[in-house]
Amino acid sequence: MTPFLAQAATEPINRAELLADDPLWLILLKAVVVMLIGPIFTVVLIVGERKTVGRMQNRTGPNRVGPFGMLQSLADAVKLPFKEQVIPDTADRKIYFLAPVLAVVPALIGLAAIPFGGEVTIFGERTVLQLIELPVSVLLVLAGASIGVYGIVLGGWASGSPYPLLGGLRSAAQVISYEIAMGLSIIGVVLYSQSMATSGIVAAQAEGGWYFYLLLPSFVIYMISMVGETNRAPFDLPEAESELVGGFHTEYSSMKFAMFFLAEYSNMVIVSAFATTLFLGGGMFPLAGADAAINQGWWPALWFLAKMCVILFGFIWLRGTLPRFRYDQFMKLGWKVLVPAALVWLLLIATVRALRNASDVSTGQILIIGGVAIVVVVLLMLLIPEKEIPDDEGVVTTTGGGHPVPPLDLKVPETTPRRKALDAKRRSEEKQQTELTSSTAGSPGAPGGGSKEGESHGDL
Amino acid sequence: MTAGTPLVLAQAGTDAMVSTGEAVAFWILGPVAVAGALCMIFARNAVHSALWLVMTMLSLGMLYMLQQAPFLGFTQIIVYTGAIMMLFLFVLMMVGRESSDSVLEVLRGQRLVAAVLGIGIAGVLAGALTRALTEVPAAPAMNPWTPEGGGAGGLARVIFQDYLFPFELTSALLITAAVGAMVLAFTDRHSKQGRRSQRDLVEARFRGEYERPSPKPGPGVYATSNSVATPALLPDGSIAPESLSDLIESTPTAQLQAHRKQLASRETGPDTHALVGGEPRDGSGDGDDAGDGDAAADDAAKGTEDAVTATEDKA
Repeated sequence: MTPFLAQAATEPINRAELLADDPLWLILLKAVVVMLIGPIFTVVLIVGERKTVGRMQNRTGPNRVGPFGMLQSLADAVKLPFKEQVIPDTADRKIYFLAPVLAVVPALIGLAAIPFGGEVTIFGERTVLQLIELPVSVLLVLAGASIGVYGIVLGGWASGSPYPLLGGLRSAAQVISYEIAMGLSIIGVVLYSQSMATSGIVAAQAEGGWYFYLLLPSFVIYMISMVGETNRAPFDLPEAESELVGGFHTEYSSMKFAMFFLAEYSNMVIVSAFATTLFLGGGMFPLAGADAAINQGWWPALWFLAKMCVILFGFIWLRGTLPRFRYDQFMKLGWKVLVPAALVWLLLIATVRALRNASDVSTGQILIIGGVAIVVVVLLMLLIPEKEIPDDEGVVTTTGGGHPVPPLDLKVPETTPRRKALDAKRRSEEKQQTELTSSTAGSPGAPGGGSKEGESHGDL
Repeated sequence: MTAGTPLVLAQAGTDAMVSTGEAVAFWILGPVAVAGALCMIFARNAVHSALWLVMTMLSLGMLYMLQQAPFLGFTQIIVYTGAIMMLFLFVLMMVGRESSDSVLEVLRGQRLVAAVLGIGIAGVLAGALTRALTEVPAAPAMNPWTPEGGGAGGLARVIFQDYLFPFELTSALLITAAVGAMVLAFTDRHSKQGRRSQRDLVEARFRGEYERPSPKPGPGVYATSNSVATPALLPDGSIAPESLSDLIESTPTAQLQAHRKQLASRETGPDTHALVGGEPRDGSGDGDDAGDGDAAADDAAKGTEDAVTATEDKA
């Protein structure tokens, strides 16, 4: 179709060929390293998060274990597996055990498709810093995220108690809604780079500029939905401790709880790495070309990790700054703001791309057509009638402060439904009592006691 | 699932030969998919059924990937397991785990229709399969790396050029269904039966449509504890009956009531001759007192009434 597309298609083949002739030991080595990135980052992140949030709240944070408390999460990691496992009686045991595994495994797989850097030589073997290369590796990460939710949802359901169930339900609804916005924002990137391979997207950014400013709306939508997708504050409703105790992991303890923790932090790492790949130029150093010395060899891996850490710090910063969303507001944000905005933006990108591909349209023409379209839309919006303000008939008078106060001619009802029900109950009890009294009337002294009972209940 | 596999498969060529790796993967994934489908039907628990179906769909997705259609495979996983089955689970969890199938037939004759349709579909599928075994030529393997191959580009070309009209028809059908569902489920806030907003509710309360203008007293309003078991106290120190839970046995209520009675010199103090404290001195009001103790959660009016009867007793 266009030379651009053909070029984007040939580049990954080189990478794929390089990866394909990796010896087995190199593949295993890379797999182990990729698998370890998640747990290592989890350990570092937990202590880093506690320290950072502590500083943000004028506290010191953990400071007992190791120098400056830096070994705190190691101590926790040793402690957790040795704690007692408490399994609720009502739990569905098979799924209860399956859920943490389902949460962790996809979280560890997702990093396999991320290109951490370019071509390097490991022990004399030429290869690229990436475990697998697929023509659609963007989808691999998304698929991992969508499978990982099963862990949370099933964990909530299998615990067999109400709070985890509510947490699981929330998580299911939340992830489905935010995955749509996330997918739509990624489609913008794919349309622009003409490639669904992560390395192709990085290569396209090295040539045409990073997408976080070229596709700013996509970037913003991705950033918001990534926080929603990973259940982090301010969107951590599935584990809202003030409402649901611990949410989906309330009934989990010991190693299984640690696995949920691992999954949460690994997911954070994955979405950050994914954001770096899609929007922040992957391993490229800012303002340096792909051929610059600073972008050769192992350097890109360092830049990649640095960008990832910036985003991860953003996660922690959000948690230290923003209060938790209310659930309905959160859903409203997803469905009524992010998804429509992403759709409109996608339409815009697709139009611009189609016009660019039709070679006889110049940039000036695109701008003119776009301007005319915007003017038409604005004029059409002027035609929409204003919303009618309802008349104030029958509205309760309010004071200046806006608080409702009772009207002067307030009619207090004679009785209330509850009072009625109580009266009826009292009457039936009285009736029973008199029946009882009449049946035991023969015994001496009973009539007096009976009447007293009746009296005492009579004024209820 | 490494990058090596698709390349190896691509080298297997267009003569529709099945490589060893593909055959092995098929004989693993195929039985897993069928087993998942069977377990889905025979599982007792609805959530287990859904999970078995998830397993079937995952194996199908992997089979697609092996067939040089990675885009289709991942889309299968994202859309079917990630979104559709998640919605299923969502609904099943709402229904609750203890609820069992209703044995009541709501739709008349649905079993017959279902049986006929099931046999029909089975026949169609069997026919298509037998035809596929003999007549249909195998499609050549496509290279997913090229824009025309089994990736997103090739699929889009087929859908939006060759099969544009059926595709648009399907999307129209889906949109109609979605809009229909929304229309059926929509409740207008401004209609008669519409849900009231917070403000509407407040105004309705002040208009006297509800029992009381304020919310019911929370537990432990004037108390030293915020436990649900601690009742709210009315300004005169008696217990607000609305704040008592029907479910929770309230020890503080009994204590408070006893304490109040004692203060109102309703309950006599321990006798100097008694071995156990708190017993009434004379046995005449026995039955009456026991009754009061049981119905400890009654309101203040009754307390005063009891006091009156007690004095009558003594007289």
